[in-house]
Amino acid sequence: MSFAVEFKALTKTFNGVAANAGISLKVKKGSIHAIVGENGAGKSTAMKMLYGTYQPDSGEIWVDGKLWGGRSKPWSSPSDAIHCGIGMVHQHFMLAGTHTVLDNILLGVEPIRKEWKYLPIPNFLKGIDRTRAAKRLKEISQQYGMAVDLKPSVETLSVGLQQRIEILKLLYREASILILDEPTAVLTPQETSELFLHLRKLRDEGKTILIITHKLKEVTSLADRVTVFRGGRVVGEREIQETNEEDLATLMVGRKVNLHREPPPLPALRKPVLTLKNVSLGTVRKLRNLNLQVRGGEIVGISGVEGNGQSELLDLLIHPQHYSKILSGEIEILGRPSNALTTREIKSSGVGVIPEDRHKEGLLLDRPVRESFLLGLHRNAPFSRRGIVSEEAIDKNAKKAIREYDIRPAHAYARCGALSGGNQQKWIIAREFHQTPELLIAAQPTRGVDVGAIEFIHQKIIDARMAGSGVLLVSSELDEILDLSDRILVFYEGEIVGEFNRGEASEKVLGLRMGGAADL
Amino acid sequence: MDDSILQMINSTLRVSTPLLFAAIGGMISERSGVINIALEGIMLCGAFTAAAVSLATQSAPAGAAAAVLCGLLVAAAYAFFVIEIRADQIVAGIAVNMFAAGATAFLCKILYQSSTSTPSLALEYRFQSAPVWMAGGVVILAWAWMKYSPLGLWVRFAGEHPEALDSAGIGVKRVRWFAVLLSGVLSGMAGASLSIFLASSFTRNMTSGRGFMALAAMIFGKWKPIPAALACLFFGFSDALQIRLQGVVLWGSEPVPVQFIQILPYLVTILVLAGVVGQSRAPKALGLPFRSS
Repeated sequence: MSFAVEFKALTKTFNGVAANAGISLKVKKGSIHAIVGENGAGKSTAMKMLYGTYQPDSGEIWVDGKLWGGRSKPWSSPSDAIHCGIGMVHQHFMLAGTHTVLDNILLGVEPIRKEWKYLPIPNFLKGIDRTRAAKRLKEISQQYGMAVDLKPSVETLSVGLQQRIEILKLLYREASILILDEPTAVLTPQETSELFLHLRKLRDEGKTILIITHKLKEVTSLADRVTVFRGGRVVGEREIQETNEEDLATLMVGRKVNLHREPPPLPALRKPVLTLKNVSLGTVRKLRNLNLQVRGGEIVGISGVEGNGQSELLDLLIHPQHYSKILSGEIEILGRPSNALTTREIKSSGVGVIPEDRHKEGLLLDRPVRESFLLGLHRNAPFSRRGIVSEEAIDKNAKKAIREYDIRPAHAYARCGALSGGNQQKWIIAREFHQTPELLIAAQPTRGVDVGAIEFIHQKIIDARMAGSGVLLVSSELDEILDLSDRILVFYEGEIVGEFNRGEASEKVLGLRMGGAADL
Repeated sequence: MDDSILQMINSTLRVSTPLLFAAIGGMISERSGVINIALEGIMLCGAFTAAAVSLATQSAPAGAAAAVLCGLLVAAAYAFFVIEIRADQIVAGIAVNMFAAGATAFLCKILYQSSTSTPSLALEYRFQSAPVWMAGGVVILAWAWMKYSPLGLWVRFAGEHPEALDSAGIGVKRVRWFAVLLSGVLSGMAGASLSIFLASSFTRNMTSGRGFMALAAMIFGKWKPIPAALACLFFGFSDALQIRLQGVVLWGSEPVPVQFIQILPYLVTILVLAGVVGQSRAPKALGLPFRSS
């Protein structure tokens, strides 16, 4: 049996902390191999060593039966890896939005126009042969069934298409080993299944695929073999037939994990905390005739493919004053009409918000975590007295929250951006739950968050409900919607196209409704 | 009348020349992600060097070559600070400008016992029209090079998404070094065309904001060579107009005081920057140092 990639006792240490401690793993040629593990388990570090971004402290990397990397023959940079047929699709795409698809793909491997070939100047000053590049790309995209238009600039394309361009970039470089880092984190369910189709096709054409993920369901449906990382070590390796989600989750976290969590039966419903009556937004009809109500003690889930009005609804609820001119209908938040309220009044009246994009709207990434804790609480006692912020109060409460929510690193002065996604999200929840919210607006609460943290966040949301809060949950994760929601509303093109009580809807039914299928 | 139009075109092209060199230089640097307000200082150094070397060698080309070399050296120092040490680009740029203002005045005093200007160059040791043609050539070359060559593509990616360039196996720092050095070369030439083409000597602070005007033209031109060049010509035109209006009686019996007329090009710059520029979009990674992981 030949292996495309083989790690032998790889070790990599950062500032005395071992990110990878003696990693050994074998990847069969022509297979899809999943690497799973929680954030910080060392998956990315291992892959970055393979890609040449990091150099290992000790150990060996073998590629196609030849020693590559490791102590004796270190890779100096990604370009060595590219030469060796290894390509990587990063979690954050390496694409320049203002440039055309074609230019993004041929960057670094530009073919030179034939008529310029013998000119006595360096190649990088000669003319790029874009016609030839386009022709080759056509052939490649045909071979693998990945159609793409080369002319538009990348920023005009959907995330799914952008990812396809990243993969084409690797194929154009004739990569035979493809590393994908959390490829589905940003994709809609449809885009995900399309991606998987392409990946299987690539495997069948002989490519080796390494996929880093923490979505276990995707592992079991896509991969041939899976390696589990925990705390910088490999803690298990399984053929996909001999494992299941529960088994993998237990390996990943190191204890039994409750993957699907049913909240206890509905408590007695309290008064409505959020009411929308005939709400429509603007002439472009981002939102159409919405009627919904959230009462204290229930979780109302909004599911839908992203971009069907969920973001607009969230923004409208939090910043009604931005929409006063184009809004029709009535919104009541905690019994008060929202058009009379400013964001500050909404927040301070007992509304907790877990924002859709925690980096943009939830945290100060470049500042110590303690400062993010203050966001939105900065006018409240004890954090502020007569306009003067109390450092002592921030420290005391931040430290308490770090303990209670088990934030790691457990340090109030750690830079917020250095925390893992799960810890960042827990930090936002710690802040929003500092005063138990009467209405909790939770948008994509577990996006990019690992299994252990998902369990924790779901528990917190259920706790809030049991304490009598009304929860509006917006999520594109069907499992999350199905597990948590007491009622499910389906959004499609700004409209509610389906409403289900707990237990009435299956994943399949929701998926169809989300895609706009009216009747089943 | 025809004659005065021709004269106006002629003088527009002439006064635009230093702006063209500097704006194209600035554009290349900024497209690679490095803000270059040091243009002003590099121009000033170039102007002094050109004047001094032309005086000594009695040759304009030698003066221009020396100015280019001087621009290269100053730009290398700037590049070292902002690319290698990741100094703040604005602060380092201001430092270069202050250094240039001081150093040129100082050397002028030491070499020529005058704190205001170098001795006048005879007409035959100055450029007659060559810089105008060169500037035109530079604009066209820069356009073709940015659009069609691999290096041009790399420069654009270095300013737009340096990580993408890096992961494609091309060193971002090297590309930025190249771009900043090239902008130094062009700014040096811009300085030379001030002191040994438009004027006959170096005078203290003779750039008087032209480096910044070139930056304004480049921003006005949306960081693209041809529109930036047109913006330079526009600024050049307002400068030429200003020169022509000096001492002319516009209304009443007295000419407008020359100081007011001289405001014209700067006024145009401010109006353009305040009014039109809002819509243009800078390279995404402009001003951000690159740190390979």
